[in-house]
Amino acid sequence: MNALYLAFAYLRYHWARSLVLVMVAALIMFVPVATQTLLSTSERTLVARGEATPLLLGSRGSQLDLTMAALYFSEESPDPIPMHEVEAIWDSGLAIPIPLHTAFSSSGFRIVGTSLDYFDFRDLDLAEGRGLSVLGDAVIGAEVARALDKSVGDTLVSSPENLFDLDGVYPLEMPVVGVLAPTNSADDQAIFVDIKTAWVIQGIGHGHEDVVTAADIAAGTDALVNAAVVQYQRITPENIETFHFHGDQDGFPTSAVIVVPNDTRAGTILKGRYLDGENPAQLVTPVMVIQSLVDRIFRIKTLLDVVTLIIAIAAIAAIGLAMFLSYRLRAREVRTAVKLGARRGMVLGLLAAETLILLAVSGAIAVVGSVIVVQNADQWVGWLLTLGT
Amino acid sequence: MITLEDIQFGYGTGFRLRIPEFTLETGERVAVVGPSGSGKTTLLNLIAGILTPQSGRISVSGEEVSALSDAERRQFRASRIGFVFQDFALLDYLSARQNILYPYRITPALKLDQAAAARAEDLAAACGIGDKLDRHPGALSQGEQQRVAICRALVTQPGLILSDEATGNLDPDSKHRILDLLFAQAAAAGAAVLAVTHDHELLARFDRVIDFADFRQGDAA
Repeated sequence: MNALYLAFAYLRYHWARSLVLVMVAALIMFVPVATQTLLSTSERTLVARGEATPLLLGSRGSQLDLTMAALYFSEESPDPIPMHEVEAIWDSGLAIPIPLHTAFSSSGFRIVGTSLDYFDFRDLDLAEGRGLSVLGDAVIGAEVARALDKSVGDTLVSSPENLFDLDGVYPLEMPVVGVLAPTNSADDQAIFVDIKTAWVIQGIGHGHEDVVTAADIAAGTDALVNAAVVQYQRITPENIETFHFHGDQDGFPTSAVIVVPNDTRAGTILKGRYLDGENPAQLVTPVMVIQSLVDRIFRIKTLLDVVTLIIAIAAIAAIGLAMFLSYRLRAREVRTAVKLGARRGMVLGLLAAETLILLAVSGAIAVVGSVIVVQNADQWVGWLLTLGT
Repeated sequence: MITLEDIQFGYGTGFRLRIPEFTLETGERVAVVGPSGSGKTTLLNLIAGILTPQSGRISVSGEEVSALSDAERRQFRASRIGFVFQDFALLDYLSARQNILYPYRITPALKLDQAAAARAEDLAAACGIGDKLDRHPGALSQGEQQRVAICRALVTQPGLILSDEATGNLDPDSKHRILDLLFAQAAAAGAAVLAVTHDHELLARFDRVIDFADFRQGDAA
C-alpha cells in the first residue's frame, strides 16, 4: 500500500507527464479495438443490407455506385434508367420491382422517390403520422427528424440542384406526414416521397395556373402563355388537380430498381436476361458487390493493422524511454531510500506501482472508449455509410 | 556507544581506508574533517551498515553491525540511524509532512501510526516549520528544506544522527541556526551526532573533532 501511496503521489504531482503517458497508452489500447469494432460492424451492416436486397436493376456502369446509391442513398449518381424497365419486370411476372429515384436532396439528406412497396420490403414502421398517400407527401427517417428537428406537420423544401438552373426547376415544399421508427440503417437518413413527387422535383411534372380559363374562353380571348403564369411550389388540395406530367411515363427516369424475385428460379431467369453486355441495363446481386467491397476494405485493414502495429511499437518505445528517463532522474531518490533503510526491491515495487497505476488508468479509459464505440457502432457505421464518397 | 575496531575498507584496487580505533559515546557530538576523498562519507556509510568493511568490527550499543545480514542492517539503519544530507534529499512530489514521514513509507520495520504523525508535527513545530507542513519542497527556502530533512532524520527516534555536510549549502547565519536545531533536537532525543563537515568555523560547536588525516590511507599500490 505504501508503494501505491507514493506512486500515486508522484503521478499526481507530475500530472502533465502522467496525463501524456496515460493518454498515449490508452490510445495504443483503444485504437485497435475501436478500428476492429467499427470494421466488423461495417462488414456486418453492409453485408446484412446487401443480403436483404436480392437484386438491383440499374444502368450499366459501376456496380458499386449503383449498389451504394440504391442501398445507402449515397451521393453516387448512377445514370438513370427509364421506367419501362420497371414495367418490363412487372410484365415478366417473375419479380416485384421497387423503383428508387435518389437524385435530389433536402437540407443535406437524400430524397428517395419510391413506391409503397419499399416500406413493406424494408419492414419500416412509422413512429408517428401516416404513410405516403398524396402527391407531395414526405415520410422522413428518424435521424432526419432528429437532425432537422422536424415532425409531422412541418415542411421540407427540396434543394435546388443548380443555382443557375434556368429551366425553372423550382424547389418543392413537401409536408412531413410521417416519421419512421429508427432502424440504424440508411433509411434513418432518408426523406421518402412517392416517385411521382421526385419527378415533380425534377421538373418532369408540375402544376400551374390555368393558361386559359373557362371565363377566357367564354370571352373569346386567345390563349396566352407567358411568365405571368404561376408555377406552384407546394402541392395543396386546391392545386393538386393542376399537377400533370409531360411525356410518356415509360420514359421517366429512376436511379435504380430493387428487384424482389418470386423465387430462386425467377431470379436466375431474370439475371440471364441482363447478361448481354449490349443491354443498357444491368441486374446485379448487391451482396456480391458488397462482399467484394468488404474484401477490399479488409485488405486495406491488413495494411492499416501493420501501420497501427508500427505506431504502437513506436509509442510503446517512447513510453518505455520516458519511464526509463524518469527512473534515471529518480536515482537520487533510490539512493536516499536505500540509505534510510529501504530494500532495493521496495524501490522497484514503487516503480512497478507507478507503471501499474498508469496502465490501470489507461486501460480504464480504453475500456470506457471501447464500450462507447461498441454501443454506438451501429449508429455511427450507419451514418458513415450514408456519407457517400 | 559506537565502536569501530581495526576497520579496513577499499574500493577495488584503488581507495583504501584504515581506521584502527574509533568510538562515539551516547549523546556525544563529533565532527569529522579531512580533505575530499579521504573517506569521511565512507565512514558514515560503514557505521550505517550501507557498506561492509573487509575486516574489523563495528558495533552500536553492543550490537555488531558488520555481522548483521543485509536485511538486518536495513532494519538497523531504519530504526537506529537518522541521516541528514548536504542536498537535503527531499522528494519534490511529497509535502513537507510526507517527506518527514517518508521513512515509515519505505521501511516495513517502521509502522506509521498516530504517534509517529504527532511526533512529526511536534518536530516540525520545534524546528519552526509547523505551519508549512503541507507545502512541497519547491515552495520552501533552503533553510526550511534542511529543517524538514532534520525532522525526517529524527522522527524515527534514532540513537545516532549521521550528518553529511548538512550545512554545506547554507549561508553562515543559517548554518548556525540549523546546527543549533540539530543539536537541540538530538539532545532532546538523547541521540549522538556524527557530522562530516568542511566548515572549520563550526568545529568549536562540537564536543570532539576527528581529523581523517590521522587515519592511514592511500592507494593499495
